[in-house]
Amino acid sequence: MMASEEKEGKVDIPEIIFGHIGDSYEWHIAEGAVIPLPCILIGNEGMDVFMSDKLEHGKEYKGYHIADEGDYEGKIVNAAGERPFDISITKNVLELFIVCILLCSVVLGVAGWYRKHGSKKAPGGFVGMMEAVIDFIDKDVAKESIGHGYERFSPYLLTVFLFILTSNLLGLIPVFPGGANLTGNIAVTLTCAITAFIAINFFAPKAYYKSIFWPDVPIFLKAPLPIMPTIEFIGVFTKPFSLTVRLFANIMAGHIIILALTSVVFVTAQMGTAMCASMTVVSVLFCVFMNCLELLVAFIQAYVFTILTANFIGLAHNE
Amino acid sequence: MNLLTPDPGLLFWMVLSFGVVFFLLAKWGFPVIVKAINERKEFIEMSLLSAKQANEKLASIQAEGEKLLADAKMQQKEIIAGAMQEKQRIVQAAQDEAQTSANQMIEEARQSIQAEKEKALRDVRNEVASLALDIAEKVIGERMKDDAMQKETINRLIEQL
Repeated sequence: MMASEEKEGKVDIPEIIFGHIGDSYEWHIAEGAVIPLPCILIGNEGMDVFMSDKLEHGKEYKGYHIADEGDYEGKIVNAAGERPFDISITKNVLELFIVCILLCSVVLGVAGWYRKHGSKKAPGGFVGMMEAVIDFIDKDVAKESIGHGYERFSPYLLTVFLFILTSNLLGLIPVFPGGANLTGNIAVTLTCAITAFIAINFFAPKAYYKSIFWPDVPIFLKAPLPIMPTIEFIGVFTKPFSLTVRLFANIMAGHIIILALTSVVFVTAQMGTAMCASMTVVSVLFCVFMNCLELLVAFIQAYVFTILTANFIGLAHNE
Repeated sequence: MNLLTPDPGLLFWMVLSFGVVFFLLAKWGFPVIVKAINERKEFIEMSLLSAKQANEKLASIQAEGEKLLADAKMQQKEIIAGAMQEKQRIVQAAQDEAQTSANQMIEEARQSIQAEKEKALRDVRNEVASLALDIAEKVIGERMKDDAMQKETINRLIEQL
């Protein structure tokens, strides 16, 4: 951020913002403090593994470099400008691992508490809080929305809820181990939605498929032109698509707003001391407000994703 | 824009990690917790139910005890009343008996007094008779000292017979 400001005398706000919400091959903590992350590339000549600091400042290593422009801007490409299969541990992947480890240790730790203490004792403190959250998703979301046979889907809904919530909350922490924009990345939300798609469609009874391909509507709506079946069939895919975009857009928008408000300080830096000071106060106040709002959004989006998935599963089962 | 195209590398890691996390948590995490919560819920419900039942039982026992106490009190009253009556009856009977025996004794005394009196009278009469006879003998004896007179008297008496 500072570097670009010094160089051009003008701050490139979009670059700062998209640099922060996008992915990167290293974890930029502060000016001069960069954690290099491993790059794993599978190209035509086999797999290459090396640390990302080998490629910084446009350097080339083993025929790979980070593209400056074009379709793959900011990504590793080979000398011919083609993308290898890139499974590098990027910033987002590392954040993903942190979320997964955190989630596993917390939930398995809580489960361990119950294994140790049995079911006759009520937990307090952190375990009690987790119990309230888990019981809420299990009873008020899964059982309420799905009804009979909800036990099959309850672990999935709990996993997806806690995964999204943890990612959202970690994303709000501006420094390591948070700060990556995990749930604001479409690959992550798409995977969540694909699992929801599997949960909704792959366990549904026959009546559900009949309601899609031969719905209970007047005959001219399904034959000879399958109007309703087409609409229903598209609906099968729009549901997870809406889940993907809703979560992605909400979290990304929140990050962009907070970053933009923070950037106000740097934009006004050239406009004189009084202007900069007053705008800094405004920016900090707005940032505090937005962070509180984003905290709320972190919970709401996790909840919305979970309850919509539960409702879709419930609809598929009770149709 | 590359924001809207999912990156295959991240997609790969996301599918892998989410799958592993889901497998771990669905196998060893959530079922344990949910089962424990449900078991505790059941346990609490059962405890509440049994507490309610125990309370009801206690109340019924208390009512029974009170009833028993009231019964005992009534019985006690009845017994006391009966005893009082019995006492009065016995006293009455004793008094009656005493009266009767007293009357009898008086009667007997009276009869024996009567008998004594009659015997005494009879004795007195006999005494008087013998006294009178003695006196008469003496008087007659004095007058019949001479034989002539004796013979005359005897004859007269024989003739009188």
